Amino acid sequence: MTQLNIEEHHRILREHFGITTTPGQFTVALAGNPNVGKSTVFNALTGLHQHTGNWPGKTVDNAQGSFTYRDRSFLMVDLPGTYSILAHTIEEQVARDFICFGKPDVTLVVLDATCLERNLNLALQIMEITPKIIVCVNLMDEAIKKNITVHIATLQKELGVPVVPTAARNGEGLGDLRQVLYEMSLGLALTNPRQIIYSLEVETAIQELVPKISRFIGHTLNPRWVALRLLDGDQAFIASIIHYLDLENTLQELAV
Amino acid sequence: MNTLLTTIPLSTISIGAIGQIVSLNVQGLLRRRILDLGMVPGTPVQCIRKSPAGDPIAYLVRDTLIALRNEDASQISVTLL
Repeated sequence: MTQLNIEEHHRILREHFGITTTPGQFTVALAGNPNVGKSTVFNALTGLHQHTGNWPGKTVDNAQGSFTYRDRSFLMVDLPGTYSILAHTIEEQVARDFICFGKPDVTLVVLDATCLERNLNLALQIMEITPKIIVCVNLMDEAIKKNITVHIATLQKELGVPVVPTAARNGEGLGDLRQVLYEMSLGLALTNPRQIIYSLEVETAIQELVPKISRFIGHTLNPRWVALRLLDGDQAFIASIIHYLDLENTLQELAV
Repeated sequence: MNTLLTTIPLSTISIGAIGQIVSLNVQGLLRRRILDLGMVPGTPVQCIRKSPAGDPIAYLVRDTLIALRNEDASQISVTLL
């Protein structure tokens, strides 16, 4: 990223998301379904170094907290608990906008080990947006009580992204979590997120759209994700793209 | 010969019965919700409990318990398993 891009990025973080980072501080978005222990993970990592407020202009809670690991500082942003990032509610919109346009250095998705199938929906959706994702399988202690075994290594292989098991309320797995967050923030962890392949019809349409989309937005957003949202007819997302990427002027110029 | 599946509304299956989803005629936020919970064509859904007034009804889908209003459940077509 050039210096100008970095400044622009910080401006967007500050003005659109109410987030101010210290120099060299990494941002981590914390996502997950409701009731998976997201707050427990958040509190365990950030302790008392947190403050709550609202997302600018919205009546949705925003909690931010920081922690240091190996002399690097991390700002963790707790997103609202959502089942999906295909926004129909204000919470989902906030989560989606931050991941897409706030461009956190890492997105940490917390899953409940006792209901993985339901929880994986959100993880897979986020994997379609960004490869900078870590999956945290929390409530491992609950899973043991319910005789549920989670094969972490297999899950990691299937997903193509790091998977860290935790029992956050007991403090288990948090050390590994910090380490993986650190590595991914520094670009030391390469991921290969499993892509959802759609029907031939849809994939063909995506291939047609991607070059045209890239011309407009370059590499600011994952063009495949944008193509899918266009095919979905997601008007709200299109409005968001125009808003965040400041394309209003560009479109007006094109119209003239 | 009738080659179409005989479907019934999800709201009509009795407690304990399992239906396989054929189609969803719900829209908007509710549609998004039930799709996110994995209620897609081909998925088995079991009727677990009905409220005294018959509304809402509790269904088990992929290990998740969801309550649906009678009116919404009647828009989901299933075949009995």
